[in-house]
Amino acid sequence: MLDVQQLSKSFGGVKAADHISLSFADGSLTAVIGPNGAGKSTFFNLITGALKPDSGRVLLNGVDMAGRSPPDIARHGIGRAFQVASIFPSLTVHETMLAAVCADQRRASVLHRRFPLAETRDRAEHAMEMLGLAGKRDRTSATLSHGDQKLLDIALALVLDPKVLLLDEPTAGMGTEERWRMIDKVHELWEQQKITVVFIEHDMDIVFKIAPSIVVLCYGRILATGTPDAIRRNAAVIEAYLGTEHHAGQAT
Amino acid sequence: MTELQAERAGKPLGVPRIEAKSQRSRYLDVLIAIAAFAVLATLPFLFSSKALLDFVIRCAAFGLFATSLNLLVGYTGMISFGHGMFFGLGAYSFALIMQRTGVPIPVAFICTLLITTVIAAVIGAICVRLKEIYFAFVTLAFQMLIHSMILSWVSLTGGDQGLRGGIPRPVFLGVDLSNYLHLYVVSCALLVIGLLLMRQIAQSPFGYTLRMIRDNAVRASFIGIDVWRAKLTIFVLAALFASTGGIIMSLFVSGAYPEFAFWTISGEGIFINMLGGVTTFLGPMVGTVLLLIMNDTVTRLTEYYGIVLGIVILFFAIGLRKGLMDFVVEWYEVRRDGAKERAR
Repeated sequence: MLDVQQLSKSFGGVKAADHISLSFADGSLTAVIGPNGAGKSTFFNLITGALKPDSGRVLLNGVDMAGRSPPDIARHGIGRAFQVASIFPSLTVHETMLAAVCADQRRASVLHRRFPLAETRDRAEHAMEMLGLAGKRDRTSATLSHGDQKLLDIALALVLDPKVLLLDEPTAGMGTEERWRMIDKVHELWEQQKITVVFIEHDMDIVFKIAPSIVVLCYGRILATGTPDAIRRNAAVIEAYLGTEHHAGQAT
Repeated sequence: MTELQAERAGKPLGVPRIEAKSQRSRYLDVLIAIAAFAVLATLPFLFSSKALLDFVIRCAAFGLFATSLNLLVGYTGMISFGHGMFFGLGAYSFALIMQRTGVPIPVAFICTLLITTVIAAVIGAICVRLKEIYFAFVTLAFQMLIHSMILSWVSLTGGDQGLRGGIPRPVFLGVDLSNYLHLYVVSCALLVIGLLLMRQIAQSPFGYTLRMIRDNAVRASFIGIDVWRAKLTIFVLAALFASTGGIIMSLFVSGAYPEFAFWTISGEGIFINMLGGVTTFLGPMVGTVLLLIMNDTVTRLTEYYGIVLGIVILFFAIGLRKGLMDFVVEWYEVRRDGAKERAR
């Protein structure tokens, strides 16, 4: 289980994370929402080591990850995908997967054997099939569609068999229909893999439909946590973020 | 899923198959290397021209240097402007060890590589954390530092006169490097073995780690790759091959000169890579041959070598926007794909 305790980070006078304490149970699916600049991405960056927290702890099954380097945290089982698909443009989909498995198996610095290694094949294959990228294995990543690049980014995180998967806006930059396809995929992966998934999402319809629990961030603080129904009725959330009575009205 | 099933039915991907395939490509590389060496080794018997053999030895020295630079530039995306320092370091270390200690040549060779490893590790540890232009300029600064040291430490290096007095060449294992033919064959062997080793590095899992770092270092670190360590490793490995090129050069000219460690050598390395192309393994080797041919013909015709070279650089940089081998590979792929289309 991922247990975040009193996590804080300031940039100058701005508190991007202000004593955030949250725990994510094993196998849970949580949406993180909040207005722009609420500190959602900062929160992910603190957990994954992209930023060093000023104070606080990030416990993954009791082991503190705070302040460790990104590769170290990745190896401990926290995977992430990025808001803007972060892939290896010149590698093919297949090479990308093989190389990622290779890294996960601590064989990224093997010099005396040829790429790809036999022992990386099955897992790479499995990941490609799971995300529906197997038919595009020989495509160079840069030539993939936007949606497929986002999927490949997620595949890069998933192929490492993470305990916790953090998805920073998996549907960013997508049209409505594509969004739903993507989020169904995420939901399906969560059910299949039984891993802890935390995702940032702006589309409230999506969030309220698929996330069993929701965290609302605002100015680096937790404004509210709870089930979709509780969040929809929460007065502070409505005022700070949802703005109108629209969603509250729908709830009744 | 029909596409997937069809693919599976067509070529069953068994676990051993992938390894077998990569093994095959390794054997193929070794075969090509042996063939290339055989061709090079028979040249002296076919042609009596010493100029040709001179040319091949220089190609060996610069080819190793330029190909090792491509491991940094093309494979890892680290544009080093100071790679020539290791060429000079190899030449000076080897020549000095031979002059001062009189150890057997293989021992001096290994000692030179050890010295290169230590110095490259120290310089690399400082440089590889830097990004792009900063990396380029700090490596250049170290190059100038080493060049200045060579110039000012006259008692050791001979200063701007260079290291003269020849290199003693005791016979080892029946190889006598004072015999020109032996020197030629050893240079060719070093070139072929060096290229084979670098090819193995490029095609190993580590080689793909380098490609990932080149493409997207941040992403690489988030899948658990220690980017700094990988960059430092390739920086040192590349320095070793550059140093070997320097050793060949010092044997060829029987000494070492400050120009070997001057920034222009690094510049030539970058130029060779632009000329030959960085997307293929052999691009820099082709570039080396082109540059040396150009060098030899142009200097014979005119003293304004720099102008001609500059025009050629502009043609490749602005006109083609890629190296010769990149161009050839692209042309070949277009033709092949065209043929495939027609076959359908």
